[in-house]
Amino acid sequence: MKYLDEYRNPDLVKNALSQIRLSVIQPWVIMEICGGQTHSIIRSGLDQLLPPEIELVHGPGCPVCVTPLEAIDKAIEIASQKNVIFTTYGDMLRVPGSNFDLFSVRAAGGDVRVLFSPLDAVRMAKENPDKQVVFFAIGFETTAPANCMSVLQAKQLGLENFSVLVSHVRVPPAMNAILSSSENRVQAFLAAGHVCTVMGFWEYLPIAQQYRIPIVVTGFEPLDLCSGILQAVTMLEKGLYGVENRYERMVTREGNRHAQQVINQVMQSADRNWRGIGLFPESGWVLRPEFEKFDAEKRFQVQNIQTRESPLCISGKILQGLKKPDQCQAFGTLCTPQNPLGATMVSSEGACAAYYHYRKVGREEGTS
Amino acid sequence: MTNNPSQPNWEGYSCPMPLQHTSRIVLGHGSGGGMTHDLIQRFFLPAFENPILKAGNDGGVLDMLDGQRLSVSVDCHVVWPLFFPGGDIGRLAICGTVNDVSAMGADPKYLTAGFILEEGLTIDTLQKVIASMQIAAEEAGVSIIAGDTKVVEKGKADQMYISTTGVGVVRKGLLVGGACAQPGDQVILTGSIGDHGMAVICARGELGFTGDLVSDVAPLNWLVHTLIDAVGDAVHVMRDPTRGGLATSLNEIARQSGTGIVIEEHAIPVKPVVQAACELLGFDPLYVANEGKLVIIVRADKADQALEAIRACQYGKEAVRIGEVRDSPKGMVLLKTKYDSQRVVSMLAGEMLPRIC
Repeated sequence: MKYLDEYRNPDLVKNALSQIRLSVIQPWVIMEICGGQTHSIIRSGLDQLLPPEIELVHGPGCPVCVTPLEAIDKAIEIASQKNVIFTTYGDMLRVPGSNFDLFSVRAAGGDVRVLFSPLDAVRMAKENPDKQVVFFAIGFETTAPANCMSVLQAKQLGLENFSVLVSHVRVPPAMNAILSSSENRVQAFLAAGHVCTVMGFWEYLPIAQQYRIPIVVTGFEPLDLCSGILQAVTMLEKGLYGVENRYERMVTREGNRHAQQVINQVMQSADRNWRGIGLFPESGWVLRPEFEKFDAEKRFQVQNIQTRESPLCISGKILQGLKKPDQCQAFGTLCTPQNPLGATMVSSEGACAAYYHYRKVGREEGTS
Repeated sequence: MTNNPSQPNWEGYSCPMPLQHTSRIVLGHGSGGGMTHDLIQRFFLPAFENPILKAGNDGGVLDMLDGQRLSVSVDCHVVWPLFFPGGDIGRLAICGTVNDVSAMGADPKYLTAGFILEEGLTIDTLQKVIASMQIAAEEAGVSIIAGDTKVVEKGKADQMYISTTGVGVVRKGLLVGGACAQPGDQVILTGSIGDHGMAVICARGELGFTGDLVSDVAPLNWLVHTLIDAVGDAVHVMRDPTRGGLATSLNEIARQSGTGIVIEEHAIPVKPVVQAACELLGFDPLYVANEGKLVIIVRADKADQALEAIRACQYGKEAVRIGEVRDSPKGMVLLKTKYDSQRVVSMLAGEMLPRIC
């Protein structure tokens, strides 16, 4: 298949891996930002094939994982109401809230539907004028344009029964927070290719300058990842810093200007709580005041919801790259994809889920 | 959480307690994967426990007085939509049960069929489904010898559900079942994976894309018959990887037999159109349902002969060897990637695609 087979070609990947082996001299810690990259690395076993000098740590770029507990609880509260069709991307159904998840809401009679596109929710609102249709607008910069487009469409159609529960996050503030942490170990970033497809990489230039760190825009297939890692290692070994683009077939410096305009038209940046990590200033997006009438939080009066967390899992450390999933006591025993303790075990992009699905043999058999 | 917004708290992350879903059924309980297994282990097995059920195979095998053994299997069909490229609920209801009976090494002969119909279903739809069942039954050479029909009020079911039970006599001297896999055995797959699941999901018309996706739903009893004629008791396990896909079937076999199964990524056939649809939706074909494929575990010295026999059959032309059974890691499935790394293939955890069969 075009654009897939080439980037999964075993000979090309093996060749790229030997180039990495030739380039590396010192030990380096590199963080892949995006959960999709983590998934691909673990699924293809790239981490087993890299030279021991290179340590990959898994970043906070899984939208399901970092959606704050209060957002999940608000979703559950809204979805439980009569006359509501609550629509969401599939992974959000299994993320535990304080007491329930959206699966429980559905089993108890709530109308919770999984969508592949938020525009389907707009269509649903049009077709069900007697129902309130709510879309759970979560994600990074990648999902933001489509989520914003749904609001614009609803406005254009004059829909009174469509709203969005927004919990959007942005990558650059999280990178800033990781780099400014006193515990930081990350020496180079693989920036998330899909996020950069939308946003470009101009936002990363000041970060690379300020922290004197290589940031390499990287794709998701094994060859993309090898190419990103090779670029990062080459820069690290030479003491270079800056932003390089190794996902040229998708990403430009400026990004998708039209998509950025749509985002800016509908949303503005705001402080955002990241599940497991805490509050980053200006790290999220909320609806602009002129789109307030599409804000589900206001429509359903769920701003003051109380949440309850218990201190069992170490997702925060995992999301920051301080710990690996299999260093958690609960991993694979108390915490499994069927019974996730934390969101990192839920989404297929979550680091814990990736380890569980593809790596648990190392833990159970004592070999890896 | 810290009160200072500029200093995120990396330490204090906590999450809610796990949700066991013990008080209500959720769709994941019907996935055919881990949650279904939990349900069986916790509720059905303790209540109905007997050695036949406990064997945990696709069908129960009964010892008859005359020394013959009977394979019995039941399957409920709730697929939506009723009609999809390559098949429909009627063909599925025949093939699903024929294949389960066959997988125990039996020649299916008789089926019963139970129909739950929703008030308002058109007779035309019912006739089409019955006609399709008739054609599939003829192809498989089975007779439908008893049936039952119930009608429920509008809205209490979705158009129609069909449950079929099948019986067949197990071939003499044959002992097949998930527990019979032995180290050294070879793993054969009769063709490409994921065709059925992706055809059904695409037929729902909700994805915003269409593709040339066709279900593989087919009766595999003649293939099984031919295989056993060729290699007899060298066949140790046969299973049709329906819900939960190839990954889940192999995990079941590894657990039942206490062996490790190692498969090779490059050897597993996936049609490009299925691969493309899976990529778009974020599915792994290893977990997508099949309705016309068998995974067959056979003694190594007969593997080539088995492959030759399967490839001579209509539904086995693309059969391949995909891996082997080993001593360890016990109860687990490993996949050797194209890049010579190795990873675990786990059982499907929760819901993937509801009402696929």
